[in-house]
Amino acid sequence: MKILVPVKRVVDYNVKVRVKSDGTGVDIANVKMSMNPFDEIAVEEAVRLKEAGVATEVVAVSCGVGACQETLRTAMAIGADRGILVETDAELQPLAVAKLLKALCDKEQPQVVICGKQAIDDDANQTGQMLSALMGWPQATFASKVAVSAGKATVTREIDGGLETLEIALPAVVTTDLRLNEPRYATLPNIMKAKKKPLETIKPADLGVDVTPRLTTLKVVEPPKRSAGVMVADVAQLVLKLKNEAKVL
Amino acid sequence: MTVLVIAEHDNASLKGATLNTVTAASRLGGDIAVLVVGSAAGGAVEAAAKLAGVSKVLVADSAAFGDQSAENVAAQILAVVGASGASISHVLAPATTYGKNVLPRVAALLDVAQISEIVGIESADTFVRPIYAGNALATVKSADPVKVITVRTTAFEAAGDGGAATVEQITPVADCGLSKLLGRELTKSARPELGAAKIIVSGGRGMGSGENYQAILAPLADKLGAALGASRAAVDAGYVPNDYQVGQTGKIVAPQLYLAVGISGAIQHLAGMKDSKVIVAINKDPDAPIFQVADYGLVADLFEAVPQLTAAV
Repeated sequence: MKILVPVKRVVDYNVKVRVKSDGTGVDIANVKMSMNPFDEIAVEEAVRLKEAGVATEVVAVSCGVGACQETLRTAMAIGADRGILVETDAELQPLAVAKLLKALCDKEQPQVVICGKQAIDDDANQTGQMLSALMGWPQATFASKVAVSAGKATVTREIDGGLETLEIALPAVVTTDLRLNEPRYATLPNIMKAKKKPLETIKPADLGVDVTPRLTTLKVVEPPKRSAGVMVADVAQLVLKLKNEAKVL
Repeated sequence: MTVLVIAEHDNASLKGATLNTVTAASRLGGDIAVLVVGSAAGGAVEAAAKLAGVSKVLVADSAAFGDQSAENVAAQILAVVGASGASISHVLAPATTYGKNVLPRVAALLDVAQISEIVGIESADTFVRPIYAGNALATVKSADPVKVITVRTTAFEAAGDGGAATVEQITPVADCGLSKLLGRELTKSARPELGAAKIIVSGGRGMGSGENYQAILAPLADKLGAALGASRAAVDAGYVPNDYQVGQTGKIVAPQLYLAVGISGAIQHLAGMKDSKVIVAINKDPDAPIFQVADYGLVADLFEAVPQLTAAV
């Protein structure tokens, strides 16, 4: 069984981004880039399924600029067997990425696609669901537990108010939530090994996909700043302030 | 022009998030139709028909919708949009786990973009949405014939009652049969829901353990009639279940009063609560970033300060 894992190159989790002064976007020049954390969880889950003997091959896919190769190498250092880069300098929106992934799924025929539930740059939370719909497959989003056996998957999902467990027929798309697993640190030998794993580069046009953006960003601004208030000396003063000044108690 | 609002409900009643979504719909102009996809959903339909500003409630009732699977609900929405003869200009759902699960399927099959978690409406095709965990606000314009949108509920008031919409039964689509619900484990609590609470008491890694979290924070929450929340650090440490999580990847809240106890204030947490009206931070570290957004900060040992606070309110 083959598992496909899409991975996105995003601004690192720990970087506080700055909005460009001309309002055209956020400044990502000279900023540390990393694999989207939810995608790292997805790679880890796929590799664990391979280690458990459920999956036979884990293929990592990234769509974007040439530097996404690094993200694919990171996925291969965690344990993915090979990488596919769909290379383009164009802005890619979730629908376009879902279409690229659909074309790859048609070609690669994976039984499971494990995606991160959202990317921490555009916070869209769309691609996995869109891919699932385009393929006509079932989906299990926001997964905190995944078990795969004999043509089906049992997935526990994080929903508002608790958990739900679904049984879905394969092939299917699963998207990861934070608690699914804790991704391993790639060891140096595995990082070295990853450099020798196969990495294929193709273009969106090779897949016959039009990636033209549907949404135009008119401007990007900083949100209204919340300024620090006052420090109180003790609980008694806090209660007085909340009652008399803020009037919330 | 009709704005279609997808109701989130449990058949017996509407979820509060639906009310905020109706308010967002009312800012777009045009008629508002609410679609209830459910099984024996009479209670939810009745509540939707009473909402101010709603002119029509469409009801697709079928046993197959009991699970509310994304596949079935999306198929029903597509059928409604298809049958409308291009009169539906917008499809809106709350940006809850329900709306986020279903709506991208609809957008993909309509071959349109989805605009996620809008917090503002500039015009019928231009919307404001947070990116980078709310560290930037993007204004985006859609060129698609149908705008498929999820709505951040804290950015819009809840719609009130006072309407008298007509109720129309529509033919339910056939069960896709792709997915089966095995069970739900919902956190049972007498406290208000995080999304709807006026006061939230939230704990972080500083709580030290799940036992401490319950022993220290639960009495305060009970006294204030507050909901309990947590930072990702507290969830990761196993103190509380994930549905307590407030932040970029958890729930986005905006209560009247947010009490952050033992929370350092990572940007991902701030993303989930910085629109609260009043923020109080209690932390023993005077340099904790949470103090930079707090209206009232108290540098203190939470194990002493919180019981004192519980006694004083």
